[in-house]
Amino acid sequence: MNKMSSVHSLSRPGASKKQAASVEFRNVTKRYGNVTAVDNVSFTIAPGQLVTLLGPSGCGKTTTLRMIAGLEMASEGQILIGDRDVTNLSAADRDVSMVFQSYALFPHMSVLENVAYGPTVQGVPKKDAYAMAMEKLDIIGLKGLEKRAPSELSGGQQQRVAVARALVLEPQVLLFDEPLSNLDAKLRRRVREDIRELQQNLNLTVAYVTHDQEEALAVSDHIIVMSNARIAQTGTPHELYEEPANLFVADFIGDANIITGDVASIAGPTAQVKIGGLNLQLPHRGASQGPVKLAARPDAIFLDEAVQAGGLVGTVRKTSYLGTQVEYDVESPIGNLFVVQYGRKDAIAPGTPVSISFATQRGVAIIPDA
Amino acid sequence: MSRATLGWIVLSWVGFALLPWYGFERSASPTIADYFVSGSALVHGMRGAWWLLPILVPLGMALVPVLRPSHGQKGNWLVASGLLGLALIVLQGFAIGLNGWTLDILRGLFGEPGPSQAGMGYGAALTSAALLIVLCHGLAARGWCRGDAFITSSIGAVVALIIVFVFFPVSTILASAFADNSGNFAPSEFIAKFMDRSIWGLDCLTSNLRCGVAWNTLFLGLLVAFGTTALGLAFALIATRTEFRYKKLLRVMSVLPIITPPFVIGLALILLFGRSGALSNLLWEWFGVPRSRWIYGLPGVFIAQLLAFTPIAFLVFIGVVQGISPTLEEASQTLRAKSWTTFWTVTLPLMRPGLANAFLLGFVESLADFGNPLVLAGNYEVLSTKIFFAVVGAQQDQGRAAVLSIILLAFTLGAFWMQHTWLGKKVYTTVTGKGDAGIPLPLPQRVALASYFTAIPWAVFTLAVYAIIVVGAFVRSMGRDYTPTFEHFLTAFRVERTEWGLHFSGSAWDSFFATVKVAALSAPLTAAIGLLTAYLLTRQRFAGQRSFEFGTLLSFAIPGTVVGVSYILAFNVPPIEITGTGFILVMCFVFRNMPVGVRSGIATLSQIDKSLDEASLTLGARSSTTMRRVVLPLLRPAIVASLVYSFVRAMTAVSAVIFLVTAEYNMATTYIVGRVEAGEFGLAIAYSTALILVMLLAIVAIQLMVGERRLGRRSASAAPSPVAVQAVP
Repeated sequence: MNKMSSVHSLSRPGASKKQAASVEFRNVTKRYGNVTAVDNVSFTIAPGQLVTLLGPSGCGKTTTLRMIAGLEMASEGQILIGDRDVTNLSAADRDVSMVFQSYALFPHMSVLENVAYGPTVQGVPKKDAYAMAMEKLDIIGLKGLEKRAPSELSGGQQQRVAVARALVLEPQVLLFDEPLSNLDAKLRRRVREDIRELQQNLNLTVAYVTHDQEEALAVSDHIIVMSNARIAQTGTPHELYEEPANLFVADFIGDANIITGDVASIAGPTAQVKIGGLNLQLPHRGASQGPVKLAARPDAIFLDEAVQAGGLVGTVRKTSYLGTQVEYDVESPIGNLFVVQYGRKDAIAPGTPVSISFATQRGVAIIPDA
Repeated sequence: MSRATLGWIVLSWVGFALLPWYGFERSASPTIADYFVSGSALVHGMRGAWWLLPILVPLGMALVPVLRPSHGQKGNWLVASGLLGLALIVLQGFAIGLNGWTLDILRGLFGEPGPSQAGMGYGAALTSAALLIVLCHGLAARGWCRGDAFITSSIGAVVALIIVFVFFPVSTILASAFADNSGNFAPSEFIAKFMDRSIWGLDCLTSNLRCGVAWNTLFLGLLVAFGTTALGLAFALIATRTEFRYKKLLRVMSVLPIITPPFVIGLALILLFGRSGALSNLLWEWFGVPRSRWIYGLPGVFIAQLLAFTPIAFLVFIGVVQGISPTLEEASQTLRAKSWTTFWTVTLPLMRPGLANAFLLGFVESLADFGNPLVLAGNYEVLSTKIFFAVVGAQQDQGRAAVLSIILLAFTLGAFWMQHTWLGKKVYTTVTGKGDAGIPLPLPQRVALASYFTAIPWAVFTLAVYAIIVVGAFVRSMGRDYTPTFEHFLTAFRVERTEWGLHFSGSAWDSFFATVKVAALSAPLTAAIGLLTAYLLTRQRFAGQRSFEFGTLLSFAIPGTVVGVSYILAFNVPPIEITGTGFILVMCFVFRNMPVGVRSGIATLSQIDKSLDEASLTLGARSSTTMRRVVLPLLRPAIVASLVYSFVRAMTAVSAVIFLVTAEYNMATTYIVGRVEAGEFGLAIAYSTALILVMLLAIVAIQLMVGERRLGRRSASAAPSPVAVQAVP
């Protein structure tokens, strides 16, 4: 019966005006025997947003994605797509498409047959299915290659065929499982911009799995950082970078120097923090008086060869010149620091004593749960 | 309620109310009315077969979700209906036999002899199958296997078939081993039969008497296992690690035994070394060596089995030797090990799984072999032939056959168990996806020489044996009269033109047509069930998967003779009375050859990325559609392999078939064995040659029909040849 209704919705003339749907997880747990792959996870993806599931391998992000698709069934909890409970629906019955890490293009079909596969198996006549497929191939910029076999395309082109195939049914939710991992570095940047543009133009709800934090920061409306089967933090890219909720997120998103400081006093939203003789005004973020850990981004630490007495003084141990930036290892009383300086002509030679200061507006934050 | 479920419920009613419930007496010719309605269970039930009427209850229960679709517990009704229905059918089938009650308790309770009924027919089969599928649909509705009715039904169907055609016969044979001749439970008789001196006696060690048949079988098995392992290794080393010029020929020779009926080699040996054999004659005329019967007995069987099973060891070793990464040997050499040291300390230990595997395979094949001992063993008795003579010989002792079968079964299962626990799946380690640019080490001088000296004489001998087969078919009488003739072919395959058309008057045509028919029917069935099972095992997760896998592979471990005996014991009486039909031959082949389909299916499926199936699922295709449109087209090599294998095995098998053939369904192999026993060697050889030719044609035809897998790759893919997959059971 489900088959009947979806065929019906496909042949409806206004089908392409389908609304993007939200995705909601309510206390979802997935166990394999004794192993808990996803532990009591709840989140909501708003309609029309691109949300990234980010985390190291084995953190449960792919399992989460596959549970949205219906390829894995939740052991506990509820999954809703567009306010409809789909927890027990099989993948074939959910209005969700997925772009696989390996693209999963059917090797025995041509590009056109691949893209038309979805409508064909739903019972759409072949001619209409091919028309729908051609339309999507046009959007994706692959018109003219539809007769080829997938193996006769480049990696980037195969990727786009996989996207076209996922788009052809105009799903409520589109899923990407590490879609860029098989592409070379230059192509990666371009394809991720293409995906973002497509998502915004077609107003799609997209869930996107990656382990590359730079990729996540670049494309997402929201990022869900996962660690050890749980959600470590949810937020916009800016929030995650500037206000990491815990040590894991601080360390995982971008580079961070974790340094120890001391909250001297709290006044309103700001705290007075002492770091190795320096005084900083920072948002207290729920920290109380006493020792705290802080995350300092490498570009929020400034070095000055003109050493002033009384400040924080360290010694440059190692210097790497990388063109756009210079990276330093600095030995200091508050520990070894990793520092990046942009737009500097001459690198500071190793062994030079430098005075150290911190940026005050951004790049340094107290970590609440540490 | 899906349309499929509704359809199966309707079919269950059709089977009960319309089709004939019982099979027909073969003597009476049925009228058309017997086919419909009047022979149905409903009518039988009204006319006194009251035990059929309770089945109406589950059939009615299945209708509940149809009539009240809004009712929430659709799944529960279907499950209950299926379970109850199957239970009732099985219960009445086993409780009431041809001669009344089958159990003493029932006889005591309701008096002798009680009602009687014949074996089940189309109606019972259809109703049972439909109830089974209804049950599976109910389980799917309750959320089993992600709610996929296709998957639950497939699992249900395969499990039911395995229970009926593997576990039921095997348990029957166990039961009859523990029973006396009148069918009562008699463990003491089992012990007496089991401990019999003719089985375990050790007289040959101390005196001139013969040893027990179990020791004979074990001894022969070990000898053959050693021999085939050594020869197979020598061939494999030559084929992979030397510049030997005729490597291609070795490959061809490795395929030959697969398409050779098993006793043909024994036959050729008789023609060479028998009392009037070609070589015996030469030896007598030139050197005065007296003619003797030495070939009949252990030496003859040993040589025949070596010839037959060495290629299997060769195929195992080819895979293993090629799988050894040359970089390991290069690493050893850069650490300054000489080539001999490298071979001895690196290459050979890496082959250990292959050695053990080839050894066990040789052992098991020797134990299960029936054709060669039948033709050649003489006074050297082995279990497989002894079982045969216990059933068909003067003794007619089924209990004894059952006991011998259990011993043989224990040996082979023990060997398979060892293979499984020691080696696991190591045989399948192949070259990894990583580029491995190393060059294999050339063989050390002495190993190469040793290989040449064992392999080349042996290869020459094999060629001679096959030459005899071909020559023997075209001369009047090997050893006596070498006049070329087509006489044998004419006797066997004469076709006469008469006024009413062509008349196949040759003596072999009947068995030939029967064989081709049975082989052609069983091959697609075998492939279908085998590949479906492979799909379930690799792509689905469900409870009891391990025992499911064990059940599918079990039938392969059972020697053919045991299968034959167990089928006779199980299917000669109601409720499933199918001996003497072509159907039992087909089912016998399906379940004996299915594991090869499973293995090659698993091997191919594990090379196909699982995300292809998943992509199809997320695009809204159901499992059945995915199977048809994505999995099957990619499975073509495995389809070819299992079709070819099951067709060829159905044409060449002797052991199980010899118990099951009838005058109507005589198989080519049993016909040939009969000719051998009658001393008509020329005819037998000619027929065998014709069979080999037909099989070659069939293999080519299957290749053409199924076609190549279209992957659109620019370079030819290194797909494993179907033959290489077959040899590893």
